[in-house]
This record gives sequence, structure tokens and C-alpha cells, in this order.
Amino acid sequence: MFKPLPFILLTGILLAGCADAPKDVPIEERGVGVRTQAGQAGTGATAPASARSATATPSAETTAKGTPGAVETYALPPAGQQLQGLSTEASRAGEATGPGGKNPLKDPDSLLSKRIIHFDFDSAAIREEYSGLIEAHALYLKAHQTARVILQGHTDERGSREYNLALGQRRAESVQRSMTLLGVPVAQIEAVSLGEEKPIAEGQNEAARAQNRRVEIHYHGE
Amino acid sequence: MYNGLPDLSLRMIQSMHRGIVALILLFLAGVHFAQAARAQMTIEIVGGAASRIPVAIAPFTATPAARTPDPAAIVRDNLARSGLFRLVEPGNDGQVGDEQTISHGLWRGKGADALVVGQTAVLADGRLDIRFRLYDVVRERQLAGMRYTVSPHLVRAVAHKISDIVYEKLTGEPGAFGGRIAYVLRERMGDGLRYALQVSDVDGHNAFTVMSSREPIISPTWSPDRARLAYVSFEQKKPVVYIQSLADGRRQTLASFHGSNSAPAWSPDGNRLAIVLSKDDTSQIYLINADGTGLTRLSQSGALETEPTFSPDGQWLYFTSDRGGSPQIYRMPVAGGEARRLTFNGAYNVSPAVSPDGKWLAYVHRREGNYHIAVMELATGQTQILTDTRQDESPSFAHNSRTILYATLVNGRGVLATVSVDGRLKQRLSQSGDMREPAWAP
Repeated sequence: MFKPLPFILLTGILLAGCADAPKDVPIEERGVGVRTQAGQAGTGATAPASARSATATPSAETTAKGTPGAVETYALPPAGQQLQGLSTEASRAGEATGPGGKNPLKDPDSLLSKRIIHFDFDSAAIREEYSGLIEAHALYLKAHQTARVILQGHTDERGSREYNLALGQRRAESVQRSMTLLGVPVAQIEAVSLGEEKPIAEGQNEAARAQNRRVEIHYHGE
Repeated sequence: MYNGLPDLSLRMIQSMHRGIVALILLFLAGVHFAQAARAQMTIEIVGGAASRIPVAIAPFTATPAARTPDPAAIVRDNLARSGLFRLVEPGNDGQVGDEQTISHGLWRGKGADALVVGQTAVLADGRLDIRFRLYDVVRERQLAGMRYTVSPHLVRAVAHKISDIVYEKLTGEPGAFGGRIAYVLRERMGDGLRYALQVSDVDGHNAFTVMSSREPIISPTWSPDRARLAYVSFEQKKPVVYIQSLADGRRQTLASFHGSNSAPAWSPDGNRLAIVLSKDDTSQIYLINADGTGLTRLSQSGALETEPTFSPDGQWLYFTSDRGGSPQIYRMPVAGGEARRLTFNGAYNVSPAVSPDGKWLAYVHRREGNYHIAVMELATGQTQILTDTRQDESPSFAHNSRTILYATLVNGRGVLATVSVDGRLKQRLSQSGDMREPAWAP
């Protein structure tokens, strides 16, 4: 019954389906054994260190697997192809416009216009469905060395505001680490947290909370 | 004629209010930050002692008729709200009397164990002479007597002082009626939200806005001399720590480093603060001088560390860390050294607050998905959950070390609440808008 972590994560994503309901997320139940209802209990403990380090680093296996969810959500080819296409395009253009003069950051057809990465309860682990999105931004930043991003971490509203600020910070840093591992110079990124202070969905229900557990990618000058 | 009443120096009370006067003057001069707050706070008792001490507080005689509030009315409100007293109506039979004519038997007959009498006189220079005496009418003896000479705007401060004395003489515990609190008020305004950092008396009077912003404000904390507040504002689209003087509204940026800056806590000597920065690693605790110099990193765990707070002797820092896999409260020497874990019960114990006498640790404890205020007796490690509301946050101790102020939700609205360390006495403080992030002035 011992499965490698990526599989457990993948199972978690498939079980969770869309971002609206966390349901039972295996990583959390494993992480904190004393809590029987980890999925509903609150914004408390974070994932165990092993899960954090394993998932915050998108390894070759995790990034290579495009999940159906990612394709569906973002209407994009699997991550690998997107990576190639963007890479060529970016090096050719060398500036903030893609083919046809469109700013790819604003182009709704581009993955670069997707700016929100959602997280499971109590977790700073990046779900596999977001690996394509993060790679797209990483490639853009590598190709545009004057571009700067702020990664804003957010949490749901339960628990201590300062602890949530630190949790949101960890989420932003998780995305930052993924980008630097893909070769983005750290000087182009600032990871900050707004904690629970800026919800995008109001309401004390799980659907709203799932929306609020997120990292937003903001480019300077936008 | 009152004999032998101590003429209490009101320097303390006055210094407390000097800041407010200065702020009002600045407001008239158009200074940006400070403004008088509009809304009135209401206070309700939600829990009290099973048996209450019956006390009569006679209206103070006023000669000539003083156009100031009767201190007796303020004392009466204070004691009633504490949950420890039952007020005995003095009635209108003209038998209040002064110390010469008091009939202890008459007041015993009304059901009182104790009696407060007093008088307010206007002096030639416009100041007030306020005197009171507290009697034990069962043993027929005086328990306290004081006189105060103050300018009229300090009537409330004197009444709180009298309340503190009566409370302490009758219960054996120090009162905290004269306290001041800081908190954040969130209100809807037009198409958005407005966050106001406010300061008021603990009974809601003398409220004013220190700073307001359309972006969130969190974690206000008082300097030990009560002259300044440190807080976290998101006006720069990220958390930045500021220090603001209450007397003149002047503000300095304490920490605006790369990444997030948060969770300020003053050292007891007021010279430096503990803060949390993410500039080098994930959220870690640093020390910084109050003028922004001398930054040194204190925690090196690599785990998430936040919510530092100093012990009253300045030797220790209590803080929240998830180094053990779940957020728990730890303590480490400020001078450096090993941290020791203090909380073990449950998977979420955060937001430590230490009582000024160093005996109690209040914190937020999660149980079955709900967040409660809990208290630990530091000498024994014994813990008790004090509240039954579901989303309690931000505990801080009153200066009497017996009362804990915190934020909670009632019908989805943010209110402030107090609870005694034994869990018996509970009050709620609310006003229009969401109140949150309370901090009791030292």
C-alpha cells in the first residue's frame, strides 16, 4: 500500500475534482494523524515537511503529466507542448507581445492570462493541474528579464490572522520556488502574503474558502 | 468635612489623556491621521458570577450643581457590567448622608453589603473636587476614601479610578475599568471597505481614529508607555509594519523589507520590537530597534514562525511555530537558545499572550473545527478553554492580568469580548461595523 507521493497527490486532485470542494484530501489526513476531520477542521496545521518539499518541487514526473483537468480548465495542450511553443515564441519576440502584436499576458487564449493558483486546505503544495500555468509564467519571466512579478499568497478566513499571513506567505513561496527551479532569477520575483485579509469569495462555506486559498500572480506595471 | 483623605496625584490619569487632547487639537488643525470616531460602543454582560456582591452607589452630591456627569452613574455602570455586583437602589428617601450621618443599619436594611457615597464640587478655578468613601455597612467601617482635584474633562477617568478601588476592596482582585484599548474597525463605505485603527476607553468612550485606509490593517500593539502603536498595514499591497505616535499622529515605517513584514511586539523596555519577516526564509522572527536600526534574526528553524510576544521580564519570547508539524506555542530566550514547546493538546494552538504578572498564557485553541480562547497557568501547565464561541481570535490581557480581551463573531459580525481567566465573567463590546484585532493598553 506504499505509494510514491506524486500518486497520492494525483489521487487527491482527481478526488477533489474542481476547485470548489476539498473533500477528503489524502495528504492532509496523512499529515496530521490526530485530526480526524482534517478536511473540514480549519486553516490549521500545514502539510508535513515531507509533503511540502516533495510537492513544492515540480519534479520531471509531475510536470510531464498533463491532467485532463488542466486541459479542460485552460483549453491548452499538455504542459510539455505549451512549454516548447512558448519558449520559441518568447525568444523570438523578446518583448511583451506575442504573435499578432497581442500582449500574451492579457490574451485570454494564453496561459499567461491565468493568474490564480488554488490550494488544498492546510496545504502549500501546488496541485499538478497548475504546473502548466506556472511553467508558462516561468518561461515568460526568463524570456523577459525586465519583467517582475509579485506572488500574493492568500488563505481562508479561519484562525489567527497572523498565522494565516504566514501560511499565505508559504503558498507564495511555494510558487516562487517552482519558478526558480525552472530557472527564473529570484530577483524577478517577490513573494508576499495578504493572509485572510483579501477574500475573493465571501461566505463561511467550503466553496468560498476553497476559492480564497490561493496565490495570485501580479506583474509589475499592470 | 472630609478628614484625612489622600490627595491622589492624577499625573497618571492625566498623562493617559494628554495624548487625546493633543489629537483633538491636531484634528482641528486638519492633520490627516487622527479623527474623532463617530460610532458608540455598546457593552453587554454575557456571563457573571453566581452570587453577586450587593452594593449601593448613592448619587454624588454636587455643589453647586456641576454640569459634569455624575461619577456615581459611571461607577454604577462599571460595577454592573463586571458581572460581580448586584446594585442596590438607593431610593429617594434622602437618607444618603455623608460620613457623619450614614446609617449603616438603613443600608443593611436595603440589602446592601457595601455603600459608596461621594460629592463633586466645582472649585473657583473651574476644576472639580471629587471625593468618595466606600463603607462596609455590615461591619460598619470605611474601606476606602479618596479625593481628586481635576479638570472637568477627566471626570470619567476619576470615576474609573473609583471603580477600580471599589472593585479591588470588595473582590480582592484589581479592577481594569480605566483601561484603554486599540482595535480595527471595518466598515462598508461606498463601493468598498474602510479599515480604521481606533483607540478608546474600554467602556467605548473617548474613541478616536488613529489611521484609516481602504486596505486592511492588522496586529496593532501598544508601546509599553502607551504613547505609540505598532501595526501592520496593507496599503502598499503587501504587509508593512509601521509605528505611529498617538500624541502627534506622526508615523514611521519600521519594516518594509522584501516579502512580508508583520506581527510586531514591543519589548517591555520599549527599545526594540520583535517582528516577522520573510526576506531571508519563510516567515521568521527578528529583533529590530524601535528606530528601525539593528535588525537581527532570532529564529533559524526553517519552519514557519510568527506571533512573537515578550514575557513581562523581557527575557523570553513566546511565539507560534509549525516546526513540529502543526502550529503550536513555543518559548525561547531572547538572548538566543533552545525553544521549548508549551502546548500539546490539539493540532492548532496559536496567538500567545502573556499576562502582565507573568502567570498566565492566553491563546487560541482549535477544538472540533472551532476556535476558542484558552488559558494556561504557566507554573503548572494546566489549561482551560474559556469560551464557547466558534471563531475567537487575538487574545490580549488587561493590565490587571485577570481579564482577557479578544475578537469573536456574533451572527457573522465581528465584536470584541472579554472573559476572566477563570472563565466566569464575560462581556461583549460592539458597535456598527466589524470590530477585530483588539489590544489592551499596558
